[in-house]
Amino acid sequence: MRRYVLSSLIALAVVSLMSAPVFAQAVVAKPAPAAKAWTMPRTPDGKPDLQGVYSNATTIPVARPAYLGAKEFYTDEADKVASAAQAPAGRGGRGGAARPAANDPEGGGTLAVHYDTSQFGLGGATVKRAASLRTSIITGPEGRVPAVLPEVAKAAQERRAYQQAHQWDSAQNRPLAERCITWGFEGPPMMPVGYNSTLEIVQGQGYVAIVQEMIHDTRVIPTDGRPHGPAEIKRWMGDSVGHWEGDTLVVETVNYNPQVVIQQQQVSDAAKVTERFTRVDADTITYQFTVDDPKTWVKPFSGEYNMVHIDGGLYEYACHEGNYGMANNLSGARATEKK
Amino acid sequence: MRIQALRMRASWLLVGAAGAALLSLAVLPTPAQAPYKAPRTKDGKPNLNGIWQANNEANWDIRPHPASQGPVYTLGAAYSTPAGLGVVEGGEIPYKPEAAAKQKQNFTDRLKLDPEIKCYMGGVPRSTYMPYPFQIIQGTGHIMIAYEYAGAVRDINMGAPTKAPADSWMGWSNGHWEGESLVVDVSSLNDSTWFDRAGNWHSDALHVIERYTPIGPDALQYEATIDDPKVFTRQWKMSMPIYRRLEKNAQLLEYKCVEFAEEVLYGHLRKQPLQGKGDSK
Repeated sequence: MRRYVLSSLIALAVVSLMSAPVFAQAVVAKPAPAAKAWTMPRTPDGKPDLQGVYSNATTIPVARPAYLGAKEFYTDEADKVASAAQAPAGRGGRGGAARPAANDPEGGGTLAVHYDTSQFGLGGATVKRAASLRTSIITGPEGRVPAVLPEVAKAAQERRAYQQAHQWDSAQNRPLAERCITWGFEGPPMMPVGYNSTLEIVQGQGYVAIVQEMIHDTRVIPTDGRPHGPAEIKRWMGDSVGHWEGDTLVVETVNYNPQVVIQQQQVSDAAKVTERFTRVDADTITYQFTVDDPKTWVKPFSGEYNMVHIDGGLYEYACHEGNYGMANNLSGARATEKK
Repeated sequence: MRIQALRMRASWLLVGAAGAALLSLAVLPTPAQAPYKAPRTKDGKPNLNGIWQANNEANWDIRPHPASQGPVYTLGAAYSTPAGLGVVEGGEIPYKPEAAAKQKQNFTDRLKLDPEIKCYMGGVPRSTYMPYPFQIIQGTGHIMIAYEYAGAVRDINMGAPTKAPADSWMGWSNGHWEGESLVVDVSSLNDSTWFDRAGNWHSDALHVIERYTPIGPDALQYEATIDDPKVFTRQWKMSMPIYRRLEKNAQLLEYKCVEFAEEVLYGHLRKQPLQGKGDSK
């Protein structure tokens, strides 16, 4: 029974990352105790020292649940629990009985899911998270990603319909994550991932480098005042340049590859993302971002979460090298057609 | 008679001395001169920050080799093999007999087997001399090396050495400073990478010690000592200079090559074969 409850909570925690509101009360890093005069650590050249390995795992949903209205913060942990209990049942609410974990046959789960994250110590209960009373990652009174322009919505729908009909035609028809090209969370803006939500920051002379474990992508951000590269060079993680504003690292990114998806939308050549990294205590970096793409969304949107320092390193995520699923899926599709 | 004998002895001595001099030239890594002292980072370490690239033919074959026809005839002179002096000290890789045979087979089957063609991470040391730049970002407790090819990355731990939880493509790197040199112990490499396009190979027993030594403001001497008792009869070493990319706007770009390898890996599983795209089956 305890196992069942735990895995349900983990499943919910994972689901909540995708868009559902907070429900699970998994392990949360304690807020820093009343700070003993903390001072900003600095690199040898005097910049704020952001270096280390961080988890950006969170149970905060991207979009605020509708029933919370314009409420941007819970008043405290008790308020968070009480609010969850009042949530309406069903989709958009998450109240009512916990759903059995899909990978737990004893709990009534039916799917044979091979990503049993709890088995590998990757589940919600083992992950360190920054404490936060935010009700959603997207900030502001609406707390959700704004609508896309009508023509963008239409084009996206057509693309989806085509993909649906041709999804098994070739490797190139599969989603980017399945092809091990991008996971879709690298951004910028960087978003929490269901598991291995881990990144490392290293600062060298004139550069800040950020490696995200999924899919071992390194963003090398020059902070020496140089402009963006040529607009002809589009990149999967865009073209980032950074500068320091006081103790905050500000990074601007443009020149996205036209296939890049941010919050389920393919972005345009006008997309610009601004990120702000501020170390706020010994263990925490506050990460803020604004996405501005006037050819995609009706208005810009912003978000914020905390990432928390963790012990231990980053491990190699060799996605493409181990992508047996791609060949197996395609050969399965070809075999099915022959039946 | 005696004089003649003395003369003969003297000339033998001369030959001997010349031979010894030649030998010492071959064995000594650098001619005697004051070692170059690199500029320092703010915390006093040799400053290796920068974008670097090898400029040699080792990725084709780390051994001395003549120019030869490439494996894809339709690409003609654009993808044939340029001659190279090789980067293996002594020129020869001390394979065990059966391992030497496997290298030859690898070469024959290279279009099917070379992990570079499949966009698999290059491993160590091959990533250093693939024809793509890499960037060293020298942090305080960690040094990161980001490679343009396949977006591979290594995180060199400069603190107390740690152990890898599992084998990986880019291995597990613990580094320290020895004078001017960054010395990196690379262990837990898997058996799936090659040394070059010629099929030179290693097993999962591979253990590499790398040395990055500044030899001028814009060049490093790179040495990799290779130990793999399953494949070689003894340790051996490769060495080469690597050069700073001096373009004012030099930067690491993306070579996320999965897209470029999908046809070769999965093209035979397409619903509709690609029309007019060459060899894809």
